[in-house]
Amino acid sequence: MNVKEILAQLNIIAQCKRYGFSLWQCPQFLFLIMGIIIGIAAITSYAIATRYIADPQLAALMVFSITTILFIIANIITRSFERLAEANRMKSEFISVVSHQLRSPLSNLRWVIELLMSGRFGKIEEKQTEYFKILKENNARMEELVSDLLTVSRIETATLPLKKKEISLEELIRELISEFEPFAKASNVEIEFKSEPNLPKIFADPFQIRLVIENLLDNAIRYIKDKGKVEIKLGKRGESLYFEIKDNGVGIPKEDQKYIFQKFFRSENAMRYQTQGSGLGLFIAKAIAEKSGGKIGFKSEEGKGSTFWLTLPLK
Amino acid sequence: MEKILFIEDESALQKTFGDILRQESYKMISALDGETGLRLAKSQNPDLILLDLILPKIHGFEVLKKLKEDKETKNIPVIVLTNLEGVGDVDKALGLGATTYLVKAQYSLEEVVEKIKKALK
Repeated sequence: MNVKEILAQLNIIAQCKRYGFSLWQCPQFLFLIMGIIIGIAAITSYAIATRYIADPQLAALMVFSITTILFIIANIITRSFERLAEANRMKSEFISVVSHQLRSPLSNLRWVIELLMSGRFGKIEEKQTEYFKILKENNARMEELVSDLLTVSRIETATLPLKKKEISLEELIRELISEFEPFAKASNVEIEFKSEPNLPKIFADPFQIRLVIENLLDNAIRYIKDKGKVEIKLGKRGESLYFEIKDNGVGIPKEDQKYIFQKFFRSENAMRYQTQGSGLGLFIAKAIAEKSGGKIGFKSEEGKGSTFWLTLPLK
Repeated sequence: MEKILFIEDESALQKTFGDILRQESYKMISALDGETGLRLAKSQNPDLILLDLILPKIHGFEVLKKLKEDKETKNIPVIVLTNLEGVGDVDKALGLGATTYLVKAQYSLEEVVEKIKKALK
């Protein structure tokens, strides 16, 4: 923790404002007051006890009054924390309800678009197809965002289901690469994949691990300017499989690197280069990797590219 | 002509599936709530039931349970088609006797039609 971070921690008023609490309900402020009272109480008790040594009742009365005040403050702090926890729970619930309610009309819409585009009910003109494609792409963007929000809500309420089974990470990566091939080609990006031979299978949830690698692969391709290369490596390290994905894209500015796994965070150059994106992908990737017993990390240099790595335990 | 009972409260989906299934030469019967769904399952004797879970009057899980408890309807294959995918939902539906569990957000229309055809074979 550097000096700047310590000072930021001390700026209690700003922290309380972030919670939307009044000063007298803000845990940080109340802890500070409690600290001050304890400090003063210790000094005055010492002074009184030494000066009025013949009158222990006075000292006892003082200790009793201070303890009562501290008990009241501690009670308010507990209630404030309860309110914070409740607010957090309500937020997660809100996200969950809204996402569910959005999901149905969005899938209805997608199926209607698919039906129209299929030509089952009459031939579609070229111009109409162009507009249907726009509808489909925008619908897909909304579906993706809603799905990410639901995943975040599940992560935060610890209800993300993990259905573990034996999977071949190599196969999963190859499948994903072939799915991303058209996107990579359109972005002028070449994907190279090197895997050590005869790698063991891992015990993990294929759907969730797919989501992690999908996010990393999508980012690697998306943030390459003009033309580039994505290099993927897979190997065994101790009791884990090690996955690495390297790109020569825009990279992450040094000052943004510590926030990169935070929810909704998007680095400044990423926003300049790609306006679309929710900032949820890496948050989700980290949560799933950790819940699966693995680790995720990266190194990056602005303008040169990024390398993200992921380890997943074999068992 | 094979009969498919679609228990789903969204009329937009009833229309979409009605059109596409008719084109695939199936007869589709619609039920907009769980209660009607159960009644039609008994009186119409469909070859397949497509069942949503969040339904008015009787919840989809309850519909599924009653369908599988009733001698007349227990052998009709049931495909659950929903956007509900909470912890345990899939296991619960399969445990109650559903043939397949499809999350709407994860399948294209053609894929759902393929699953229907497969379940009818």
